[in-house]
Amino acid sequence: MPLVKAGRIVEDRFVRVVDDAPVPDGAAAILPAARFLADAHELVLRQAPIGVVWPNDRKVAELAPYLDWIALVALVFPNFRDGCAYSQARLLRERYHFRGELRATGQILRDQCLFLQRAGFDAFELTKAADAPAFVAAVQRYSVFYQPAADGRASTLTARLARVPQHSPS
Amino acid sequence: MYIYDDFDRTLVQERVREFGDQVSRRLSGELTEEEFKPLRLMNGVYLQLHAYMLRIAIPYGTLSSDQMRMLAHVARRYDRNYGHFTTRQNIQFNWIKLKELPDAMADLARAGLHGMQTSGNCVRNVTTDQWAGVAPDEIEDPRIWAELLRQHLTLHPEFSFLPRKFKVALTAAAHDRAAVKIHDIGLRMHRNGAGETGFEVIVGGGLGRTPFIGKTIKPFLPKRDLLSYVEAIMRTYNQYGRRDNIYKARMKILVHELGAEKFAGEVEEEWQSIKDGPLALDPAVVADIAARFRYPQYELLADNPSELARAREDNRFRLWLDNSVTNHKVAGYAIVTLSLKPEGGPPGDATAAQMDTIAELADRYSHGEIRVGHEQNLALPHVAQRDLPTLWRALDGIGVATPNVNLISDIIACPGLDYCSLANARSIPVAEEITRRFRDLDLARNVGPLHINISGCINACGHHHIGHIGILGVEKNGEEYYQVTLGGRADDSAELGTILGPAVPYAEIADVVEDIATAYLELRARPGELFVDTVQRVGVDPFRERVYAAR
Amino acid sequence: MTSPLQQKLKVTGPVVVTANRLGDGAVVYRAADGTWTKDLAVAVVVTTTPAALELLAAATTEKVAVVDAYVAPVELTTQQQVLPGNLRERIRSSGPTVALPGQG
Repeated sequence: MPLVKAGRIVEDRFVRVVDDAPVPDGAAAILPAARFLADAHELVLRQAPIGVVWPNDRKVAELAPYLDWIALVALVFPNFRDGCAYSQARLLRERYHFRGELRATGQILRDQCLFLQRAGFDAFELTKAADAPAFVAAVQRYSVFYQPAADGRASTLTARLARVPQHSPS
Repeated sequence: MYIYDDFDRTLVQERVREFGDQVSRRLSGELTEEEFKPLRLMNGVYLQLHAYMLRIAIPYGTLSSDQMRMLAHVARRYDRNYGHFTTRQNIQFNWIKLKELPDAMADLARAGLHGMQTSGNCVRNVTTDQWAGVAPDEIEDPRIWAELLRQHLTLHPEFSFLPRKFKVALTAAAHDRAAVKIHDIGLRMHRNGAGETGFEVIVGGGLGRTPFIGKTIKPFLPKRDLLSYVEAIMRTYNQYGRRDNIYKARMKILVHELGAEKFAGEVEEEWQSIKDGPLALDPAVVADIAARFRYPQYELLADNPSELARAREDNRFRLWLDNSVTNHKVAGYAIVTLSLKPEGGPPGDATAAQMDTIAELADRYSHGEIRVGHEQNLALPHVAQRDLPTLWRALDGIGVATPNVNLISDIIACPGLDYCSLANARSIPVAEEITRRFRDLDLARNVGPLHINISGCINACGHHHIGHIGILGVEKNGEEYYQVTLGGRADDSAELGTILGPAVPYAEIADVVEDIATAYLELRARPGELFVDTVQRVGVDPFRERVYAAR
Repeated sequence: MTSPLQQKLKVTGPVVVTANRLGDGAVVYRAADGTWTKDLAVAVVVTTTPAALELLAAATTEKVAVVDAYVAPVELTTQQQVLPGNLRERIRSSGPTVALPGQG
């Protein structure tokens, strides 16, 4: 599955570990949530990066204690209409200050790219390779954003004030 | 009304370009219908029985005359010369071609109009009452807050794929004309003991299959906290709202299943983490938005000028004046309601020609501003009383001066099976027949204020649950039947109607409405007792007996 | 009412396959030559569930011409005229039952 990061298709350096399979030595590995939580005390000692797939029906607060050392969180869109993971993403970035790779997986449409990016995702696992260039291009579609989000872009709230002298309350 | 700055304009242009691209990709087959559908819904494009339908947002029901002219242009150029005003202060065009949509939307964008988020599982048009800013019983103009919310919730990256649609309404008046208690979030502006204004926050209202009246979870929210608190509510819903069953996915179900108190607790917990963040409203930000609301320079005028006093001698004018004209907060001015409920005609529709004339009249008599009400009538909000006689003649000339506002023939109806693919039964011909039965204005006035709401299916777009008489189209053995409820209301004493009895066939529904009206005239304590109060007093049984006696 | 699109198919009388044309949303019917026509009179009529499913499958493989294809009942008159089989289909075929504004 093509992985888009920083505007390009990149190699996925992470290996997905399924169920009870051993974690490959020295490789960056992504584990399912339950497995990760069970083995966290051992995994923290690993040199190679660890990632976790977090389902969209579990609170990301549970991940908070581990966010300073895990390299990647993969959130899940079971179908493109299910937007629960947008909230999870924002909480990870803005509430828990997660700095690692935040990856969108599952069914995501290229027309959702900008929303995903604004919610804090910086990596996108696409189902259609053909989508990749368009996914990248979609980020350019808008220059105006009404609300602040996890991407750090200025919103109109602040941009307007920067243009005009401060009003005193009427 | 709010004047767009270049941020607002640019956003709409960018959206139009994006949608144009999405339409091309659909027409070429690059996008499947399954992928295209949520995208077109977020631009207000439905596929109905005969054609695509385009729903255009009219934010908090305020339109400029230029915008009205643009709507007339779209009706003529891309549709069949008319549009339909909806129960959420939007307008619908029923015959739009997909391949012409990008052009239609580019035209609309030039007037600052768009279909963003008028459909789909996102936040819909933020509505308020159509007299906002001019009603005497208002604390302040709620539209400034509606605009702040509109911007905050437009293309919000976190809340564009909610479990289900989301509707917000505000009111700042003593009398709630915006039906805030039947919205996902309803906001009532109040003044507290210290003289500050803030919001009562009501959540979990909604109609449809499982109607609920909203519950207050915060009696007084300071203005500063409006965006952050709404954000907390929406984040709670986005995470915990059900996605397994489309009939259980609205926020009203979540509030009901958790209980209002527990829901409020979840919201509060989330809110505590964000209330002092970037969403805390700086008074300078509010002032910036408020500054782009233009208000008329009202003249210093006296009430009841001589032109008006003289014109009252004309009986027809007087009837219209008494029915369709209401007090304005500024002396010498009036709010004029334009009835879009002509006898025998479809409720809530206006032709392109009517729209053009109304735009012209708005320029001449209403400082270029028009309002759209959820009861599917229009209003001219800034009319000098001395202009009323001339204005009336012009309105009468284009058929929007029927003095039936709030009367039994002022019916609210969804498009129904004549247009809508979700419907079980037709609603428009039922409405038309009822207006014919009550064409005698003496009779209609005698029956007095009475709201009939007709929905063609359980989705309740006609808001039948809160009709004084509610009519719901159902299907029985392939035939159209109608279930009647009595005693619903959407104001401060909001309540859902009670079922009258077994559903009746299409051929009898107008008779049933006549029988109900007749029963009311017999049962009322005195001529001044309103229909809805009689129902409250005597209950539904006496009506049921009379209506079903011979059936 | 359940949308015809979601109903489990059980053909008990004459039916056609109908849809909306992609470009303009117009109501169309599957014709014998595999094209889509606005004229119900030349629509292919079948009477069994397997035939209907086959016709529907053939119709839904091409995603570009039409949207939301489904099987709709029709009525055959004694003169073998094809008429819409219920109120919804009558309305789809001939338009709203009320006069449009400005035409009444």
